[in-house]
Amino acid sequence: MSSDKTATEKQYALASIFGPGRDELIDHTPHARHLGIRVVRTGPCEAVLKLPYRAELVGDPTRGVVFGGAITTLLDHASGLAAACAMETFQAIATVDLRVDYLRAAAPGLDLYGYVRCYKMTKNVAFIRGVAYEHDPEDPFASCQGTLMVGANPTASPFTRFNDEGTGETSG
Amino acid sequence: MTNLVEMIPYARFLGVAVERVDGAVQCVLPFREEIVGNQRLPAIHGGVLGAFLELTAFLRLLDESGSTDRIPRPINFSVDYLRSAGPAATTARAEIFKLGRRIANVHVVAWQQDQKRPVAYGNGKFLL
Repeated sequence: MSSDKTATEKQYALASIFGPGRDELIDHTPHARHLGIRVVRTGPCEAVLKLPYRAELVGDPTRGVVFGGAITTLLDHASGLAAACAMETFQAIATVDLRVDYLRAAAPGLDLYGYVRCYKMTKNVAFIRGVAYEHDPEDPFASCQGTLMVGANPTASPFTRFNDEGTGETSG
Repeated sequence: MTNLVEMIPYARFLGVAVERVDGAVQCVLPFREEIVGNQRLPAIHGGVLGAFLELTAFLRLLDESGSTDRIPRPINFSVDYLRSAGPAATTARAEIFKLGRRIANVHVVAWQQDQKRPVAYGNGKFLL
């Protein structure tokens, strides 16, 4: 799922902050902060997030396996960010649907990663797919597919503040 | 059933309460600042709603089996977001659409003030 040629030629609204570890991209989201989700990397049409292991995220106490719903949250959040990273102008995003397949149990006690790519952006809809893994995106424990609605009203978008700041440069 | 929620750290983390209405398990997700996804609206994080729906489906299945010997394992879970969920308590109710020998198909609906205006709909398949 690498960047295609047309993707690199486009001008992205969040282009100036693409790169590793821009945590300010999610720090405005109380729930992401609460879970300790960190941004590993963003780029054209894609985002990688990390969900640090915490005992309270466990769903199966006998095996120490993280509850599927926490994985949904990780992938849902990465989906929104991937769609934001595919936008050429700032617009509000709303998730329409998200399906998560649980391929195997996540290894207990490890930090989990979510990698989502927006593989098609139309005027109104963003199409995403992604995976969740412990070490290697080629060996995922979950995969997802979803659609997000791209609105015309930027006021509800948490990303507009990057636009408010002019070039998209942030003070963190 | 409440004991069961106590046993699941993630359910405790979300503060989910379980009640029984018309014979079926129904779950309530109380609102608090920590579950907000969009502060501008404000709206509950979509991932939290998905997790809550999945938890409700899971508890409904466990309740149906009447035993914790065999824990249903999710194969996949799909969520349709119908409208944004505001700063209020959310209730979810699951129906077992098909209980097969090996796979159960469960439907879940979540709403806030008005049951006729659902905020999210979920469908999960579980390995029994």
